[in-house]
Amino acid sequence: MTAATTKSDFWRGLRDGSPFILAVMPFGLLFGALATEAGLDFFQVMSMSVLVIAGAAQFTALAQMQDAAPVALVIAAALMVNMRMAMYSASLAPHLGAAPLWQRTIAAYILVDNTYAVAISEYERNPENSSRNKVAYYFGSAVPSWVFWYFSTFLGAYLGQSIPQEWALDFAVPIAFIAIFAPLLRTIAHVAAALTSIVMALVLAFLPYSLGLFIAAGLAMVAGAEVERRTAGRAP
Amino acid sequence: MTYSTIAIWTIIIGIGIGTYLIRFSFIGTIGRALLPVWAMRLLRYTPVAVIPGLIAPMVLWPTTTGGEPDPARIAAALAAAVLGIVTRNVIAAVLGGAATLYLMLYFIG
Repeated sequence: MTAATTKSDFWRGLRDGSPFILAVMPFGLLFGALATEAGLDFFQVMSMSVLVIAGAAQFTALAQMQDAAPVALVIAAALMVNMRMAMYSASLAPHLGAAPLWQRTIAAYILVDNTYAVAISEYERNPENSSRNKVAYYFGSAVPSWVFWYFSTFLGAYLGQSIPQEWALDFAVPIAFIAIFAPLLRTIAHVAAALTSIVMALVLAFLPYSLGLFIAAGLAMVAGAEVERRTAGRAP
Repeated sequence: MTYSTIAIWTIIIGIGIGTYLIRFSFIGTIGRALLPVWAMRLLRYTPVAVIPGLIAPMVLWPTTTGGEPDPARIAAALAAAVLGIVTRNVIAAVLGGAATLYLMLYFIG
């Protein structure tokens, strides 16, 4: 294993991860602007993007806060959205597990949907590559989303203070969310989960503190998993 | 927003630490445990299980209208959903939803 080949893996990852800049920018801008408008100060908005780096969870927290949910339920809702990352972490572990701890510490920090999608398809294409090559590729693929998430949040928070009321930005959160999840509806199981979630959340909307959301989400996960199990035949 | 500064920082740091631990879980502790198939299967559906339920009440009963259903916002949400499903393109869905919202607000109010 030479340094040159790891370097080329890094650059290949960077190239494959770059298109996600276009996907990251609008949401970072929007998050920065909406969070600022909602009353968070500049340092708080940036801290959120730096500590969390997860668009969907950050929007979830914002929505829950605008709903005046208790602190514990704001955190719980955001973490529930991020539970999918445990699955990413588990499926990347065989590829990154041999790397030194300090590398894995950083790798965990920058694990987002984009990085996972790019990296796991690379590992499926080239399973025989060494752990060092895989780690280099992983960092390369993560850098664009990582850097531009900070940058776009910064821009959004900066510009957010000057956005006029008539722009009806209150509705940007639902639109952004729909735009994130609609393309995820790839299979009948995903559709079943989404419909269960919508129906149960509306039925249980009378419950205080967004408790209905947690019940609806739990049922929807079970619905999605069960439909997947049945449509996949007898697989365990 | 009615949160104290301490509450806001608790939220930011709480989500930050929690999210990091979720990400670190398996990458960090390799070799100890692997997630069973049924758990992977459940986790796969967390985004589509949480997000639609979170936004459905926001679409039907927006706070800006005092909770009254608003045709412009419902139409915008539907437009974004249809464009997102058909084109699989996040940007197209956002732009379509925003265009529908502004056109409806302009023509209907």
